[in-house]
Amino acid sequence: MSQVIKQSPNAENRLLNTEELKNTVESVLAEAKAKGATHAEAGLSIETGLSVTVRMGEVETVEHNRDRSFGLTVYFGQRKGSASTTDFSKQAVLDTVQAACDIARYTEEDKYAGLADIDRLATSYPDLELSHPWELSTDAAIDIARQCEDAALSVDKRINNSEGGYLTTGTDYRIYANSHGFMGDYFSTRHSTGCTVIASQGERMERDYWYSISRCPDQLEAPEQIGKKAAKRVLQRLGATQIKTQRVPVVFQAEVARGLLGHFVRAVNGGAQYRHASFLLDKLGEKVFPERIRIDERPHIKRAIGSAPFDNEGVANSEHDLVTDGILESYVLDSYAARRLGRETTGNAGGVHNLFISHDDKSLDELLKEMGTGILLTEVMGQGVNIVTGDYSRGGTGFWVENGEIQYPVEEFTLASNLADMYKNLVLVGNDVDTRSSLCTGSWLINEMMIAGS
Amino acid sequence: MDKHLQIATQNLLNPAELDEAVLSKVINSMMGHDIDYADVYLQSTRHESWVLEDRLVKEGQYNIEQGVGVRAVSGEKTGFAYSDEIILPALTSAADAARAIARHGQTGKVRSWDKRSVPALYTEQDPLSVLSADDKIKLLRTLDEEARKLDPAVKQVIASMAGVHEIILIAANDGTFTADVRPLVRMNVSVIVERNGRREQGSAGGGGRLTYNYFLEEERALGYAREAVRQALVNLDAKDAPAGTMPVVLGPGWPGVLLHEAVGHGLEADFNRKGSSVFSGRVGQQVASKHCTVIDDGSIAARRGSLSVDDEGTPTQQNVLIENGILKNYMQDKLNARLMNLPITGNGRRESYAHMPMPRMTNTYLANGKYDPQEIIKSVDKGLYAVNFGGGQVDITSGKFVFSASEAYMIEKGKITYPVKGATLIGNGPESMNLVSMVGNDMSLDTGVGVCGKEGQSVPVGVGQPTLLVDRLTVGGTSA
Repeated sequence: MSQVIKQSPNAENRLLNTEELKNTVESVLAEAKAKGATHAEAGLSIETGLSVTVRMGEVETVEHNRDRSFGLTVYFGQRKGSASTTDFSKQAVLDTVQAACDIARYTEEDKYAGLADIDRLATSYPDLELSHPWELSTDAAIDIARQCEDAALSVDKRINNSEGGYLTTGTDYRIYANSHGFMGDYFSTRHSTGCTVIASQGERMERDYWYSISRCPDQLEAPEQIGKKAAKRVLQRLGATQIKTQRVPVVFQAEVARGLLGHFVRAVNGGAQYRHASFLLDKLGEKVFPERIRIDERPHIKRAIGSAPFDNEGVANSEHDLVTDGILESYVLDSYAARRLGRETTGNAGGVHNLFISHDDKSLDELLKEMGTGILLTEVMGQGVNIVTGDYSRGGTGFWVENGEIQYPVEEFTLASNLADMYKNLVLVGNDVDTRSSLCTGSWLINEMMIAGS
Repeated sequence: MDKHLQIATQNLLNPAELDEAVLSKVINSMMGHDIDYADVYLQSTRHESWVLEDRLVKEGQYNIEQGVGVRAVSGEKTGFAYSDEIILPALTSAADAARAIARHGQTGKVRSWDKRSVPALYTEQDPLSVLSADDKIKLLRTLDEEARKLDPAVKQVIASMAGVHEIILIAANDGTFTADVRPLVRMNVSVIVERNGRREQGSAGGGGRLTYNYFLEEERALGYAREAVRQALVNLDAKDAPAGTMPVVLGPGWPGVLLHEAVGHGLEADFNRKGSSVFSGRVGQQVASKHCTVIDDGSIAARRGSLSVDDEGTPTQQNVLIENGILKNYMQDKLNARLMNLPITGNGRRESYAHMPMPRMTNTYLANGKYDPQEIIKSVDKGLYAVNFGGGQVDITSGKFVFSASEAYMIEKGKITYPVKGATLIGNGPESMNLVSMVGNDMSLDTGVGVCGKEGQSVPVGVGQPTLLVDRLTVGGTSA
């Protein structure tokens, strides 16, 4: 067994001299100006953490993480250069400023380049309660990972192997500052535990997993529950068969429906719009989902995994709709893409923060009832998603459903359609909302897809 | 002294006032009767990238990364810590954290350093500095102009170039004391074409453990622009892909991603030691058709997936994984080779000092067969001919794998008839490999664009194969 280390990484992180770091960032901005930059922006992050894995009851790895990164972008008029370093020594930081300035001498004038407009910067921002450090010894972390795996292994003797249980805990400190005078910083924490186990039947093996993730240690699912869910999921997969090629409705279980919401975000992202690389090109004001559907962003939910007090350019972010009554109301824009498109930033530099799709008052079981006969999809594989055309073709694993009841597990099939059609054919969204990421959704019932099988 | 060791000493040890004796002391401090192995990995990386978009080179990036990773292994347990500061106190505290996995501490002893010089597979020249910034920008502009002049349908061109110069030093209690100096360059062109309201994309690129000069030779860079446009235009005319199970002919080169997914990952030793791979315990068995000989070779000069020494200091080599369909070997790192009592194979790789090594592929390919590629296509009555792919994925436990075609055609009565839209192909590793019934004589490796992800770690890899026929694969189109 391992020894308890004297100081947990989280405690170490709280000992960070944040004033000194902020001073460093400020001096870097000043240095860039001294070198002739019209404007500059800088980001700094320090992440520390502990992660342990336990496999078949034995400790497999104990890893102490400490990642630092400092990045700078300078603007000489409309020319831009960026550089970053993991070395925070004074000389390395000065070299980084020089490297960014050197690059800006060679890049070309881009009339849209620049910092976020000054009037859009967050002048104050809320405490979102994102930081809940976990004073956890290595031994205690190992215990939790082990309980997780134990709980799964002890459910059924067909679960006879494992890829292990894990626990990770980490603290992240971030600063963003720019030469408009913005200086923002915050701490956040992230803790996660889960396990992946293997079940055998005859010659065949299947694996599945479950995990929990939270900003606060006390909001993690109990390890026993996680293990039991992983066990249930892997046992359900045993004895899977192939299905025939056919057109059927498909229920995407919440975890895989999250991917469909993610593809939507990519398609309405400013970069995809100005590059003409989106199947939802110029669709603002048009109907892209059925009328009942609303998609909105809620960046300031306290303690949520996706929350952030301001975006990566220091822009104030706030609740807003992307889709109202099925109609696309807003793209996902940072300042640059906004200028390119003649619009205003939506506070999405760096991505979206807690995106929700409206749901019907129906459970996953009720979605299956509504579907009648079709597939409950629990896993997708591969990269067969083309955001330019919307063409969608991926490998799948799940269950065959008849009369709203799960009949048997199915595997080694593909499912294909076009995302634009899939969004329009979204019949129901379940109330089984998965909030473990920044994209929050329940399960989706889509009325028809092409399944290729045996 | 070995040239690489000299460079590593100058760049990694001297600035931090570290030397061999100090590294030896740090490793000694980790050794106890419960510790089987301990190593220190020092790394310094310089990375740059330039991106052209909208006819303008408007983005440039320069990154410096450096640090040290310290590992102690006890049985199946690994303690690991790293620091982005290469200084003695950081090294000592990382060593303390890493060794904490073993209960007892006793002073051990590092074996005397073995500083054998390993022949380099690539230049130690800094790949970033062979061209001036002006020349890099000029090159990207040339690609933009070339792509746009090929067809008026070309509406957007994104061209990028990136270079990495990496210096590593590995010291371990088994006497390993090795350095490597690794260049890696890559260019990529992607285009969006529009015609009659329909939009498609195409992309192409290449690179290797070379300098940027490689792109100027034989008009390679221009070739990427031409290839990207060609692919995009083909896709403008593509019809819906078929859905169902059918014979599939895969073209040479990058479609070798089939092997990477269908068998490659399943033959990495860690999964096999743990019994979690569909190939576990099957050495000596028939796992593919007799036409299949699959090789992983990290020792090919200047390839993207090549390494003079792996990230544990082991020289890479050619490893025959499957010979005429019979499973011969797994890919090993030191930890798994020791636990499985098998020889190391030079496949211990890590993304960086901040990641733990594990068994990984290098350049994985299928050896030539005897058929003329045309003969293979002719043999198919109705099927798919897939020549370009995006990426793939595998579940090594069930053996299910997918890979997504980005350029494909229908074969009807032995002839290639029309292009079809991209579709995902799905199969089961051992089953699909047993259905490989013809292998061509046109083996080629990919152009040098592969990135392989495993447990959150990305490493550059190569793939390759000759044209081949799989009698039955499930094709995930939309057309019944």
